[in-house]
Amino acid sequence: MPRKNSPAIPAAETAPAGRPATGTGRSVPPTTPDLELQLLMEAIYLRYSYDFRDYSGASQKRRVLHALTQLACPSISELQARVMHDPTVFRQLLQYLTIPVSEMFRDPAFFLALRQQVVPHLRTYASIKVWIAGCSTGEEVYSLAILLREEGLLERSLIYATDINPVSLDKARLGIFPLASIQGFTANYQKSGGKRAFADYYTAAYDAAMVDKSLRENIVFADHSLATDSVFSETQLVLCRNVLIYFTRKLQDRAFGLFHESLGHRGFLGLGSKESIDFSSHAQRFEPLARTERIFRKRAEFG
Amino acid sequence: MMNSQSMAKVLRAKAVVMGASAGGVEALLGILSDLPANFALPLVVVLHLPGGRDSQLVDIFRRRTAMQVWEGADKDRLVAGTLYFAPPGYHLLIEADHTLSLSCEAPVHFSRPSIDVLMESAADAYGPNLAGILLTGANADGARGLARIGQLGGLTVVQNPAEAHMAVMPEAAIHLRPPDLVLDLKSIRALLLEIGKNSC
Repeated sequence: MPRKNSPAIPAAETAPAGRPATGTGRSVPPTTPDLELQLLMEAIYLRYSYDFRDYSGASQKRRVLHALTQLACPSISELQARVMHDPTVFRQLLQYLTIPVSEMFRDPAFFLALRQQVVPHLRTYASIKVWIAGCSTGEEVYSLAILLREEGLLERSLIYATDINPVSLDKARLGIFPLASIQGFTANYQKSGGKRAFADYYTAAYDAAMVDKSLRENIVFADHSLATDSVFSETQLVLCRNVLIYFTRKLQDRAFGLFHESLGHRGFLGLGSKESIDFSSHAQRFEPLARTERIFRKRAEFG
Repeated sequence: MMNSQSMAKVLRAKAVVMGASAGGVEALLGILSDLPANFALPLVVVLHLPGGRDSQLVDIFRRRTAMQVWEGADKDRLVAGTLYFAPPGYHLLIEADHTLSLSCEAPVHFSRPSIDVLMESAADAYGPNLAGILLTGANADGARGLARIGQLGGLTVVQNPAEAHMAVMPEAAIHLRPPDLVLDLKSIRALLLEIGKNSC
């Protein structure tokens, strides 16, 4: 197959004839657990202001059912009662509701395209601001910092790395990753157009690898929710990868709106390899720069 | 011979989910080749592939069947006469409104996509109006998912382990919850053609 890291049929994104449309409509009445799930999310929103109400239902249900067994709760309703009365239980549940699965230079073709097709534009700016939305435990943040350093741009860059999960943000700040994951990170780095030895960027100790501290100097880690917060800075590049797949279309639209608002003139947006802006109400406000790698560019606005 | 209960389940199915692992490409080709374009249901497949690399499944099956063939994409609405494959490296789920969603959460049974994840979500979405088919494979993924389909009144079908390239997966499913039918590939194909006449 002539594709690397691309969708099955690139034409699929241009809504060809026969491509199934999206829609709504439910044929099976909601079950008790589905209703409980909905109530739990409403309760969490009212009590803690974390808004999970517009997350895709099927995977959210899996995560909550997993939390039930881990937190020894017989039902979602009982979990809800505990969450309502005990913030420590909520903080535990939050670790299940968010999805901390990431790797450095994940989808190397994406980072290669970023290096080859976006960096030349970034070079023309005196200062560069980047927003990594949903940064989880920081793998993507350090990947981008390494890329920018190798291109001589890190010194004049500021990377805002945001997430809703404070535990993930703490891990991201530390920049310590399991040594076992380094082999995969290294392979990704090499395929992404990396210019040095990946070992230059971390120190190994026991079973952990700590990333080069100097990479952190231009990174600001912060709490931010795509569901409830607004834009905090103008940026030239937004990365939000494998976050939107967990959102309903409504919440995806909100996020795209924030990215559009944050991006300056002709700014760049990078998505996950199976994510698309094509069906969003903001689709016409972006144009594809590297379609298979899911890099988009804000269209010029007139008037 | 199919009993009346299984027959009723066949007749009420509005979607088909299938899972396979080792030996699965050949098994799926045997079952899905030349399915007609007017196959009246959506058919959603998780096939384990090594290494999470991009697969050629869509291209392969486009050449072999008159059905529409797509890699399942985020928010796609399931459509009759269409065969969907899970994208490599992502779990594929079915939502209550019969749209697809993706997840890159941790592998289940060392597998992403996982058959359990697809089947459990499909069972919740379709209840008794679902047919689940589990084929050859060398691990136990799919057993829980198929059991869930059975619990909610859907039709459960397992490839005859004696015929399967790898018997572990069908045997695990049979052991966890006896399926409605244990069939050879040839009979599974005949059954699918029958299900494909349902109205969706």
